[in-house]
Amino acid sequence: MNFDFSDDQKNIQDQARSMLAKECNSSVVRQVIDTNSGFDEALWQQIIALGWPAISIPEQHGGLGLSYLELCVIATELGRSLAPVPFIASVYLGTEIIKAAASEQQQAEWLPELASGEVISTVAIGSDKSSCRASNDTLNGSKSAVLHGMIANRAIVAASDEQDELQLYLVDLHHNSIQCTTQNSLDPSLPRAELVFNNTPAIKLSGTLSAKAAISRVFDRAAVLLAFEQVGGCEAAIDMAKAYTTDRYAFGRQVASFQAIKHKLADMFVAKELAKSNAYYGAWALSADAPELALAAATARVSGIDAYYLCSKENIQAHGGMGFTWEFDCHLYYRRAQALSTLLGGNPYWKSLLVDRLLAA
Amino acid sequence: MDFKDSPEQAAFRAEIRSWLQANATAKSAGGGRKDQSDAYEDAKAWYKKVADAGYACLNWPKQYGGAGLSDIHKVIWSQEVANYAEPDGYFVIGIGNCGPAIMHFATEEQKQTLLPPMASAETVWCQMFSEPSAGSDVAGLRTSAIADGDNWIINGQKIWTSGAQHSDYGVILCRTDPTISKYRGMTMFFIDMNQPGVEVKPIKQMDGGAHFNEVFFNNAVIPDAYRLGEVGGGWGAALLVLMNERLAIAGVQPDGFPEFLQLVKTLHIDGEPISANPAVRERLAEWYYKHAGIKASTNRMLTAVAKGGMPGAEAALGKLVGAVMNQDIADYAIQLLGDAGVICEPNIAEQQAHFQKTVLFSPGIRLAGGTDEVMRNVIAEQVLGLPQEPRADKGLAFNEIPSGNQSR
Repeated sequence: MNFDFSDDQKNIQDQARSMLAKECNSSVVRQVIDTNSGFDEALWQQIIALGWPAISIPEQHGGLGLSYLELCVIATELGRSLAPVPFIASVYLGTEIIKAAASEQQQAEWLPELASGEVISTVAIGSDKSSCRASNDTLNGSKSAVLHGMIANRAIVAASDEQDELQLYLVDLHHNSIQCTTQNSLDPSLPRAELVFNNTPAIKLSGTLSAKAAISRVFDRAAVLLAFEQVGGCEAAIDMAKAYTTDRYAFGRQVASFQAIKHKLADMFVAKELAKSNAYYGAWALSADAPELALAAATARVSGIDAYYLCSKENIQAHGGMGFTWEFDCHLYYRRAQALSTLLGGNPYWKSLLVDRLLAA
Repeated sequence: MDFKDSPEQAAFRAEIRSWLQANATAKSAGGGRKDQSDAYEDAKAWYKKVADAGYACLNWPKQYGGAGLSDIHKVIWSQEVANYAEPDGYFVIGIGNCGPAIMHFATEEQKQTLLPPMASAETVWCQMFSEPSAGSDVAGLRTSAIADGDNWIINGQKIWTSGAQHSDYGVILCRTDPTISKYRGMTMFFIDMNQPGVEVKPIKQMDGGAHFNEVFFNNAVIPDAYRLGEVGGGWGAALLVLMNERLAIAGVQPDGFPEFLQLVKTLHIDGEPISANPAVRERLAEWYYKHAGIKASTNRMLTAVAKGGMPGAEAALGKLVGAVMNQDIADYAIQLLGDAGVICEPNIAEQQAHFQKTVLFSPGIRLAGGTDEVMRNVIAEQVLGLPQEPRADKGLAFNEIPSGNQSR
């Protein structure tokens, strides 16, 4: 048994961590929030230059052909640094849905542009299918809360076809038939948009997997990757709470020396550690493409959601009044925890999936 | 990242699998839980059988009754034996805690005499740290050992000693100098539990059982040869023992989840399977991810151990999470069963009254081996590096420190 990342993978993580510590401090995140710019373009270009979007794309399609484990360690660091970039939308979701649902020929056409970073993709596959209808290769309808919808070039959209079957379609988001409106959301550093399609040209993804099966596969993979982002966020929140309560004195002693605070931080650590270990198991199942992935992904997801909510809210509490200010970064993690938990369906949805899969196992 | 055995580990697993298949009792043939003295005799017989086959204390050197293999072999053994209804963890405190203390501090001759019968459970050992006035503050212990020529004379009382009533020997932590600070005035010894001046009294627990004991020492005389480590080095020795305990109990702390899952899969209320009840499903999901998280955390720890590390203080989370869960699951299962939930008759209560027994025994697990609160302090201080609470006993000689209940 070797239930750990390899030295090479840990090196990748260390490099990602130092790059992000330098290029993505909280002022970068705040700039995106304050200006509603959607993402930090300089950081995104740097991420492309490092080849991260290409990690899980096969070499024959211009990717690096590495395993999902490399993506897991990077996800941890993107979560820790609250990176305001379309990595979730374009890599975990946009790229993966093409790998799962597009034909060989479509993959050969679309994946190289994602690997090189020329194209930013997003998905609109989570909400109900009735909101969008497709016929004669055109789309009509709307999608709400589309992640990074205002900056992506392309989207994979779930819509029902003439036979009322769920299908997936690729849409060029620059087409003038599309109305795109940025929506106010809890975490503007992972911004959402409404997309309205009006006879928009669309190409059906014609791989062998059904749309429903492809979405389920992509959600399971993304659930594991998001769990690593959540673990990274938890660790940052714990570090912040530790630093503040160690530095601050009340009643003549360090706040962190009171058991009420120590036990709070211990509980945060325990929740984070359970989430991390569950994410590791998900990473193993993901990289081995094991049948255990279905249950492991739901477990990592629920554990990650609960842990990040706990760590981000108790980090505010540990900061006292300062934690409630705009100036302190506590709310950035709290917002991110909300944003990550609602992607792919929230906690109740995944808990129910977990139980179905557990009882079927 | 993988869960594969190396070829050598796979061969070992196959070997013990076939031995267990031929020699261990299947779970289905278990026939319910045994009473305390039967369970003890069964455990002695099982350990002897394992030792005769050469599988006792796999990670101990051969000359001390082990098999000269690694910690990972021990883990593989634990994984495989868990599929059978054998009391393989019964003497975990003696072997897992006292064993390393003897291995580390005793003379070569003592090791060769004492360890092989410990490994085969022909002699049984207990660990005596806690006292009436030294629970979470275990370094507050006051059982005294006073030098008398080449001997030590021991007086005082220990409490919460697991299995003392069955033990031949015990490892004991004593106060050898009350005039200096408390952590520096302790020394570790071992003692013959059947010698004059040692009296064991079982404690009747709130669940009616008597797993734990009080042990009284009244001018019990032991030779200096029974001293483990330096005079005044007892606290360091105790920490070493407790560090080994983390490995010994890794992955064997019950959290109650498998029993709960079985209940959810089988129980119907008013003809409806309870697995369809949204409230039950909510609980099932939360307890499952904690259960899975503990298991995966243990596997991360074992991977570190396989690479030559020792389990860190983060191992405290398995007990902290598992013990509370075990209690809460038992309570929840009883609530689900309604009126039938209070019935303790093993022949009619679900799973031989597992939940009823657990709801009464589990409060003890949250206290034994470090309370929930001590576990949180361990994580906060040793893992996260947070400062200790200011302490009223700092800078005082031990005999100037107030301790224990002041009104009784």
